[in-house]
Amino acid sequence: MSLIKGVTLGQYIPADSFIHKLDPRCKLLITVLSMILIFISGSFPAMAMWASLIIFTAKRSQIPAKALIKSAKPILVLIIFTSLLNIFFTGGSNIIFSIGPLKASVEGTVTALRMGLRLYLLVLFTALLTFTTSPSELSDGLEAAFGPLTRFGFPAHEVAMMMTIALRFIPTLFEETERIINAQVSRGADFVSGGLIKRAKAYIPVLIPLFVLVFKRADTLASAMEARCYRGGKGRVRMYPLTWGSAENKALTAFVVFSAAVISLNRCM
Amino acid sequence: MAPVSAMLPRWRLYSWSNNLMSSGTTLYLKGAEFQYPDNEKKVLKGIDLEIRAGEWIALLGPNGSGKSTLLKLFNALLLPSQGCCFIDGINTNETKSVALIRSKVSIVFQNPEDQIVASVVEEDTAFGPENLGLRSDEIKIRVKEALISVGLWEKRKHAVSSLSGGQKQRLALAGVFAIRPGSLLLDEAMSMLDPASRKSFLDLIKREHSSGCTIVQVTHRLDEILNSDRTVVITDGQISWQGKTENFLSISENELKDMGFAKPPVAVLKEELVKSGIIPGSTRSDIGEIRKKLCLLQ
Ligand SMILES: Nc1ncnc2c1ncn2[C@@H]1O[C@H](COP(=O)(O)OP(=O)(O)O)[C@@H](O)[C@H]1O
Ligand SMILES: [Mg+2]
Repeated sequence: MSLIKGVTLGQYIPADSFIHKLDPRCKLLITVLSMILIFISGSFPAMAMWASLIIFTAKRSQIPAKALIKSAKPILVLIIFTSLLNIFFTGGSNIIFSIGPLKASVEGTVTALRMGLRLYLLVLFTALLTFTTSPSELSDGLEAAFGPLTRFGFPAHEVAMMMTIALRFIPTLFEETERIINAQVSRGADFVSGGLIKRAKAYIPVLIPLFVLVFKRADTLASAMEARCYRGGKGRVRMYPLTWGSAENKALTAFVVFSAAVISLNRCM
Repeated sequence: MAPVSAMLPRWRLYSWSNNLMSSGTTLYLKGAEFQYPDNEKKVLKGIDLEIRAGEWIALLGPNGSGKSTLLKLFNALLLPSQGCCFIDGINTNETKSVALIRSKVSIVFQNPEDQIVASVVEEDTAFGPENLGLRSDEIKIRVKEALISVGLWEKRKHAVSSLSGGQKQRLALAGVFAIRPGSLLLDEAMSMLDPASRKSFLDLIKREHSSGCTIVQVTHRLDEILNSDRTVVITDGQISWQGKTENFLSISENELKDMGFAKPPVAVLKEELVKSGIIPGSTRSDIGEIRKKLCLLQ
């Protein structure tokens, strides 16, 4: 396990699990299907089933509960905002309380809860995908998934390669930005005092060298890639080719059976 | 049917599994000129240079003299605007041979940050072989060999961003080793390294050279070229000096200084010892050789 300790890439949490080992295409497919299904089966019992599926998957793939709960943080504001809108603007006759012209109804609260939970479940599903799939597997999976679209001119390989390079250079660019800022500070630049405009202006001497650097980098990187025999996606073979085997078939079947159960439960309610 | 490996004589198997590189390539420039499209001035002005298989060339010259441009000609990243360039007898302007040429000639650049493509160590090492379209089990073998040889096998699953500068440059080297080229072009590849990393990097280059790989090394430091066979100095796009490295190192300290180089201490030491008649003049400026000669005295 100590082998993969150094990996700190995006949200990925390395572990040795059945779910981690699944083909990324399989995980992508299941994630997309689950997003659609959550939207068409929004009763509370159905959502409880989805939640139990998420908890089960997280347990099996050794994702800590804390990481899972925290994953929705970036869109928490969105969830709260839409919930508030729902509470006050759904309308309905059973008013719980009112603030001026705003009336909170029982119906509105139920809708808000339903929508909020739905959004939360969607986020958790995608979080599970990024927790258990490394960025490079994800870009391989996306490349394969969008592969059929190349016939209509969609640059699937190029997009995947761009993702790879962007991920590679994010840490480097952070370092460079920090270095430039430190250099400017040591020459007396001030990034903290003054109003918003003054502070924004202080960043111009940081952005210009950063842009110059990025373009120079990109140029050398392009040469280096070419020198390493890169000719686009044609004829490229991956070290770890994607393999769809019995594990993927089993996972997909299990998901379909589970979804069918949830949908029929949703109908019965 | 028996696998191919079972039909080969033992020595063949041995040499296959022990040589990271195929045997060296020959690099040949004939009257090569080069001009960047957006630049009026010619960067290279008629270069004739023949590099034999397995030779180690030190390529020196002031900044902007055209050294990097010259290396890019050998790799078919650039094509000469006049004259021609041959790699193992293949003209680099043959479009269909570009892939073959790049699998024979690899470049390591100055800054490792600019040449590492993937975020994970083993994935980056695999980049070259993946582009060559090798079978995935062959890619795995090459990646393993390359990472072991540069001492990064234990870190194969690590993030590139967690490596030190020296480790990153060794990773860049592993990415090149995995292609198994016959020649290695180093464009100031050691200039950003600390002394310890520089030494381990140079040791790796020495090992590749001893297994038959052609080396062309661009540098500003003469203490890095002690192992080279021949030195070529480029000034303003032309070869201004060419000869045995030993002869280059015996140019007087002041003259070297005028050319912008510092004479390495070991060359100074050798000269002093030769001058005092302690060791023969044929001794190379190499600390190992000097020690051997001195031991013979006792
Ligand atoms: N991409 C380019 N476009 C235009 N001019 C260039 C380019 N790269 C290098 N040059 C010019 O070519 C000359 C030689 O550059 P280079 O081969 O990098 O020299 P060296 O590696 O010896 O420092 C320099 O004057 C430089 O300004
Ligand atoms: Mg240069």
